Amino acid sequence: MQTPAPVDYVRATSVADALSLLQQHGDEARLLAGGHSLLPMMKLRLARPEILVDINDLDELRGIRIDGNEIVVGAMVTHAEILNSPILFEHYPIFREAEKVIADPIVRNKGTMGGSMCQADPAEDLSAVGAALRGTVVIQNAEGRRTVAMREFHEGPYETKVADGEILVEVRYPILPGSGSAYEKVERRSGDWAVCAAGACVTISGGVFSSVGIGIGAVNAEHFTAVDAEAFLVGKEPTAENIATAAQMAADSCDPSADQRGPADYKKHLAMELTKRALTRAAAAAKGA
Amino acid sequence: MTAVQEVPISAGGNPIGFGSMKRVEDQRFVRGQGNYVDDVNLPGMLHSAILRSPWAHARIKSIDTSAALALPGVIAVLTGKDLEGIPRPSLLGDNFAWMPTLSYDTQAVLATDKVRFQGQEVAYVIAESRYIAKDAVELIDVDYEPLEPVMDAKRAMDPGAPVIRDDKGQTDNSITDVHGHKTWESGNAISTAEAIARAEADPNCVVVTQEVMYPRVHPAPMETCGSVAHLDKVTGQLTLYTTSQAPHAHRTVYAMVAGLPEQKIRVIAPDIGGGFGNKVGVYPGYVLSILGTIVTGKPVKWIEDRGENLMSTSFARDYHMTGKIAATKDGKILAVDVDVLADHGAFNGVAQPTNYPAGFFHIFSGSYDYPDAHCKVTPVYTNKAPGGVAYACSFRITEAVYVIERLVDCLAAELGMDPAELRLKNLLKPDQFPYTSPTGWVYDSGQYEKTMRVAMEIAGYDELRREQAEKRARGEYMGIGISFFTEGVGAGPRKDMDILGLGMADGIELRVHPTGKAVLRLSVMSQGQGHETTYAQIVAHELGIPPEDIDVVNGDTDQTPFGLGTYGSRSMPVSGAAAAIVSRKVKERARIVAAAALECSPDDLEWELGRWSVKGDKERGKTIQEIALLSHSSLELPEGVEGHLDATAVYNPPNLTYPYGAYICVVDVDPGTGVVKVRRFIAVDDCGTRVNPMLVDGQVHGGIADGIGMALMELIAFDTDGNNLGGSFMDYLLPTSMECPSFELGETVTPSPHHPIGAKGVGESATVGSPAAVVNAVMDALAPFGVRHADMPLTPSNVWRAIQGNPIRVDMAIE
Repeated sequence: MQTPAPVDYVRATSVADALSLLQQHGDEARLLAGGHSLLPMMKLRLARPEILVDINDLDELRGIRIDGNEIVVGAMVTHAEILNSPILFEHYPIFREAEKVIADPIVRNKGTMGGSMCQADPAEDLSAVGAALRGTVVIQNAEGRRTVAMREFHEGPYETKVADGEILVEVRYPILPGSGSAYEKVERRSGDWAVCAAGACVTISGGVFSSVGIGIGAVNAEHFTAVDAEAFLVGKEPTAENIATAAQMAADSCDPSADQRGPADYKKHLAMELTKRALTRAAAAAKGA
Repeated sequence: MTAVQEVPISAGGNPIGFGSMKRVEDQRFVRGQGNYVDDVNLPGMLHSAILRSPWAHARIKSIDTSAALALPGVIAVLTGKDLEGIPRPSLLGDNFAWMPTLSYDTQAVLATDKVRFQGQEVAYVIAESRYIAKDAVELIDVDYEPLEPVMDAKRAMDPGAPVIRDDKGQTDNSITDVHGHKTWESGNAISTAEAIARAEADPNCVVVTQEVMYPRVHPAPMETCGSVAHLDKVTGQLTLYTTSQAPHAHRTVYAMVAGLPEQKIRVIAPDIGGGFGNKVGVYPGYVLSILGTIVTGKPVKWIEDRGENLMSTSFARDYHMTGKIAATKDGKILAVDVDVLADHGAFNGVAQPTNYPAGFFHIFSGSYDYPDAHCKVTPVYTNKAPGGVAYACSFRITEAVYVIERLVDCLAAELGMDPAELRLKNLLKPDQFPYTSPTGWVYDSGQYEKTMRVAMEIAGYDELRREQAEKRARGEYMGIGISFFTEGVGAGPRKDMDILGLGMADGIELRVHPTGKAVLRLSVMSQGQGHETTYAQIVAHELGIPPEDIDVVNGDTDQTPFGLGTYGSRSMPVSGAAAAIVSRKVKERARIVAAAALECSPDDLEWELGRWSVKGDKERGKTIQEIALLSHSSLELPEGVEGHLDATAVYNPPNLTYPYGAYICVVDVDPGTGVVKVRRFIAVDDCGTRVNPMLVDGQVHGGIADGIGMALMELIAFDTDGNNLGGSFMDYLLPTSMECPSFELGETVTPSPHHPIGAKGVGESATVGSPAAVVNAVMDALAPFGVRHADMPLTPSNVWRAIQGNPIRVDMAIE
């Protein structure tokens, strides 16, 4: 049995209450969402907050709904809820494809979108999905709410725009009618973090790409995306050759490092291969293709 | 002989004898009512934790425990220096800082001079709670002087390499066994070298050389190691609840280590949550909990966390092997030579019979008929965790099977011959048994070709090859891999096999109560195998007592007779035989009692299951239950029976048993990503008589999953700084159901001629046999790329790199 260092615990009753608790305890406090990253790190004593602010009672952070031309996903929505959401599946099958390969059913039942995104592991899947879909993150603090584009959300590995005293409350994804989306991931074993993952969301109009979103995880892609490759494809026909060129551009923009998941040359190759596969399937699924 | 028999069914719905029945153990396990070491809580019990070295190789300059001792709730903090001060009245060293290993080496209980692997035990905290103990561990201040670590076995033998075991006055990193040998050879070096030289010179022959590594893996049982020690100061009785696969052997070792009188030591292994060899060795943690109760006078619990288990307890494998196989061009194998560099870690703690320092690796000549074989194993110290041999490997037969089965496939590739055809051409024939192998093993029985053909039939082998050809033409890469393995298990004949001088024979006791219910007391120890079920079935088979009327007791040295424990698939071959023999003794005693009751001569009686009756007059007879009551009654008993049916036995096997099998694995490889998908796995095992076929299937299922894990993902690698890169389940990957297909099992039954019920043991067969099948399948898939070999684990990156002609060196950090 692994044993965390001493820690206090308090259960927030509302977002306002959670914010005031965070303010009160400063950087010694950590929010407890699903706990599937934080608690193992505490047990290994890699993380040692002095107080946990449990936000599992905050129903205002739950739910998946359509608001105008956006889909809104609450921070405390679990991976299992995303996996099984008819709304998300209808508009963005990429969510189901990504969630199917995130961890395992037990983790997905408890782990949350907000928790995963704020943990900001460089191999985190929903960050790549969010980058591909050009989502917007809504962050709340004592002063009110502010929004940050998904593509500006990450400051670096394990660092985000969510500051001390702030809570990520929801992520908004613009609805792209007729879009096709897909997610590809290579892992050493089911439930492991990605060696590399790539997602794509495209629309096609008049036989050419009218919008292209690419998300790439685990290989040090800037902001989990590949803007040059996206720009290259817009206005071009969805041919195998164009997609291959874009995929190579995407891979060239990544800067992976070697670890036990694989050497850098392999990861770079995967960035190309998986981007190509995701784009190909997304293009095939897009209406008007 | 005993393959298919009509077995009567008991009132409880169980076979009175051999046949599938659910494990009686499951009643408690599925309800969460098992009782594991960590469930043991004694009044006044203290908890403990170990400070472990962050360095792989460093000198300890000083240790300051004052802050830890000052933490409220801390009872004691022990360091190596403290242990040096505790005198030990024992032949095995004069203080407690060092302990003997199972291979006649020494291992630090707590480091005194240097730390020699990352995760080594440095200090021991005893506290009122586990949390306080862990908090206190963080407050111990150790001043280390880092030294260059030796992480690469190939580097260990360099003249300039740092010397790890300077404590023993060594000047290099070689290992010397108890017989004074620095290398372990077997077979005929001269005839093998000559045969290979002749083949090299002969245009009608080929010689294939291949370097293969079996990297370091870990048994990773679900339950980590731990113990609760309690010294009763009034009686002087030491009780140790512990995760042990060999409670009796452990008790004797503790008596030797601690200098305590053996009759005052009681070792209790309660339910064990998986062993796989991990719980054969004696670890410093166990010894420290004993010292903890001696020092504090209170019960002390020590339980490893997952990282501690993965980083410090018995690893497995770590064999760098170079094999040479010579054959004629039409595929007749002539000779095999294997050279091994064996990485034993910082202390030679491998568990194997004394005369077999490389375990049973020397059975590497495999299942084939050829005259010349030789191997040489050179063991070295490195700055890695000690232990070794663990992990369901039948004393390193896993490595042996892997090297020969890879070599045979490399030979098939060289010859352009189908690997199934090549094997069929060379497999031993039934009339060759008992067969003496070129390295001296005497295989008991086998019908190898029959078993191979059953596997090929289940697989639809020819159809698979057709499918593969079609797919290759389309640019799809499927592979078919075969492994044919022979194990030697059931150590052992005691004249050849001992551990620390303790002969590998097993005792057993059978008591039959007046009502005809029975208790069987085993020396071997279940870690989940189902002993409480299968041993009752053996008694049922012999005596006709329903299995539900027989309780099986194991794991408590005060309640069971002496024996060497459960590992190396030895329970069924050794204690299974003992169970049959002790039952037969009871049956013979029952015959005498029945004869007295029936007023006839014992010679006039005949046995049918559960009953002695008068020959030619079946009506006149007594059931075993009636006889049990008679044996306790006022009946005048004749000479030869004192008053009950109870019997004891010790079984000393005349030879090992030799289970074998043919495995076929089908994989699909995605060359764009290197991802391997195991599509099918066919396993046809011949383990002789199957006492409980359902449990045999379960063992095979688990072993194949193990094998898929080792072939594709399991690995403990190290970086050059000495960091263990497999110290958590985030890093040490175990396979899940997602990686395993629905296994397709078959059987042939060739009973062991020297085992009383013909059983051979099956616990490790699938772990031994399956990795080679998976690797052979992946290599077969990659053949169009010109790939002949890549080392396990065949992770996506390793497979992709192999396709690029640049496979990864797996034992070191990926760069």
